[in-house]
Amino acid sequence: MINTLNFFRLSIASLLAAFALAAQAQLSIEITGAGATRFPVAIPIFESESALPRGITDVVRADLERSGLFRLVDIGPIALPEAVVPDLAGFRSRGADAILTGSVVPLPDGRFEVRFRLYDTQKQVELGAQALRMAPQQNRVTAHRIADFVYEKLTGQPGYFATRIAYVVKAGARYELQIADADGANAQAALISREPIISPAWAPDGQRLAYVSFEAKKPIVYIHTLATGQRQVVANFKGSNSAPAWSPDGRQLAVVLTKDGLSQLYLINADGSGVRRVASSAGIDTEPAFSPDGQWIYFTSDRGGSPQIYRIPVAGGAAQRVTFEGSYNVTPRPSPDGRTLAYITRNSGRFQVATLDLASRQTMILTDSARDESPSFAPNGRMILYASESGGRGVLAAVSADGRVRQRLSVEAADVREPAWGPLPRQ
Amino acid sequence: MKKLILPALLAGLLAACSSTGTFDQSGAAVEDRSGAGVATVTAPGVSGSGIAALTDPNNILSKRSVHFDFDSFVIKPEFRPLIEAHARFLVQNPQMKMLIQGNTDERGSREYNLALGQKRADAVRQALTLLGATDAQIESVSLGEEKPRCTDRSEECFAQNRRGDMLYTGEF
Repeated sequence: MINTLNFFRLSIASLLAAFALAAQAQLSIEITGAGATRFPVAIPIFESESALPRGITDVVRADLERSGLFRLVDIGPIALPEAVVPDLAGFRSRGADAILTGSVVPLPDGRFEVRFRLYDTQKQVELGAQALRMAPQQNRVTAHRIADFVYEKLTGQPGYFATRIAYVVKAGARYELQIADADGANAQAALISREPIISPAWAPDGQRLAYVSFEAKKPIVYIHTLATGQRQVVANFKGSNSAPAWSPDGRQLAVVLTKDGLSQLYLINADGSGVRRVASSAGIDTEPAFSPDGQWIYFTSDRGGSPQIYRIPVAGGAAQRVTFEGSYNVTPRPSPDGRTLAYITRNSGRFQVATLDLASRQTMILTDSARDESPSFAPNGRMILYASESGGRGVLAAVSADGRVRQRLSVEAADVREPAWGPLPRQ
Repeated sequence: MKKLILPALLAGLLAACSSTGTFDQSGAAVEDRSGAGVATVTAPGVSGSGIAALTDPNNILSKRSVHFDFDSFVIKPEFRPLIEAHARFLVQNPQMKMLIQGNTDERGSREYNLALGQKRADAVRQALTLLGATDAQIESVSLGEEKPRCTDRSEECFAQNRRGDMLYTGEF
């Protein structure tokens, strides 16, 4: 199942923000496996790209290559202007099934317009074109949007390169909740604390995170608006408050509270009002996650003796058991299309990422590591980000939903854990 | 999505003989992610209790930890004297409040471990209330696997981490 066709290292050039002192280090991404068949695409440097302080096409190429679905065809240092149809037959004969051309045009207000076109060299047709306007320092986010365009035109699925990820870095006694681009670049600290931070969960709007912070010596659920740093306590009842999960409409969260005894599932409005019980059991119920249609809550429960995954209708009703194989199946996370569940299973003493096809009941273990936690789907469902361990330190890793493509993200001399993949940016 | 703002330029492109066509999306501004996209917040810390008996190493009340067996939430007999001493202190000092923090070893899911740690904290709370401390005095919470006392990956270490800790007013 695991192909290690490719093994190389990409160093992310941009440093963490200056205020991320203790954890200041490069987040590097290592690709440890790629798809069996990769689509050959040529991406020559854009015309007049040198007018920008930092490049675009190198970032586009890195995004596509890292996805494991594309192979870059080197056609040398030529620039092909967006306004001219290239010699498609010629590029086809050089092994490229698709070619992206582009031009960078300065605008009177100091910004730039980046125009680009994608061609299918086999069918000899144009697949689409866009023009994006950017400030000079927006080279990376512009490049991610271009890579998303190429990815969507060639795979038929939306890309995920312009998304952001959240994760927690522990360096010594210091905890930082960091936000970075999906390629690990541009990491910034949203919260710095001397106590643990766990379970970050992106609001559907991509502007806020819910998480559990222990800064008050007990677990309390907060909602944090990233742009302003404004924080609001959502759940601070007597006992523990944890495991926030947003409803798809962003109006309420499922949380786990112990105010009435054992850890049990509750719904609460995003402003902290209207708390009500959703499920009752004589065991532990935790790790809720809404189905994308908002109708179900998947969760972990040991009501049957061992921790297993169950689901319950949000509107009320009986819980149904979902996992049956093995004695430890936890952290259910539905795919964006609702068809698959990613979760963690204990397999001969090793904790690994697995998926369950909810229709066929087929299960598949995707990783061969031993201490995997916290799976999180990319918004297009193609990749699963998770926490793992390498060399005694916490690292982030990603695996494609078919198990073929693998990446590892790590920060030097720090533990990285609790990843959460954010939603697609609002256009 | 913004409309094209450079119609004259586009017309020129369309007129060119071997030129390319229109854009699916044109003139859209890329979202701003420069610097200010994420504001950094530093969480506040906590301050101590001021009661000498609670920190005097010769006083049993300075001992605060109850240890548990693997996958167990039962208080072992060796911890009875400790529980009794703290229950007595809470009964004699009704103004004092206690936070009990349950902990687990690191194996498995963080949130599931948080729930398991809660069961340990609740076991300590129930033992104290059976001996006369009131519910209003005690809050039981869990730190799960997040605050290990020992970070080696050995059975001895895991045993140190499976515990409930008792903190008094001013210590949390």
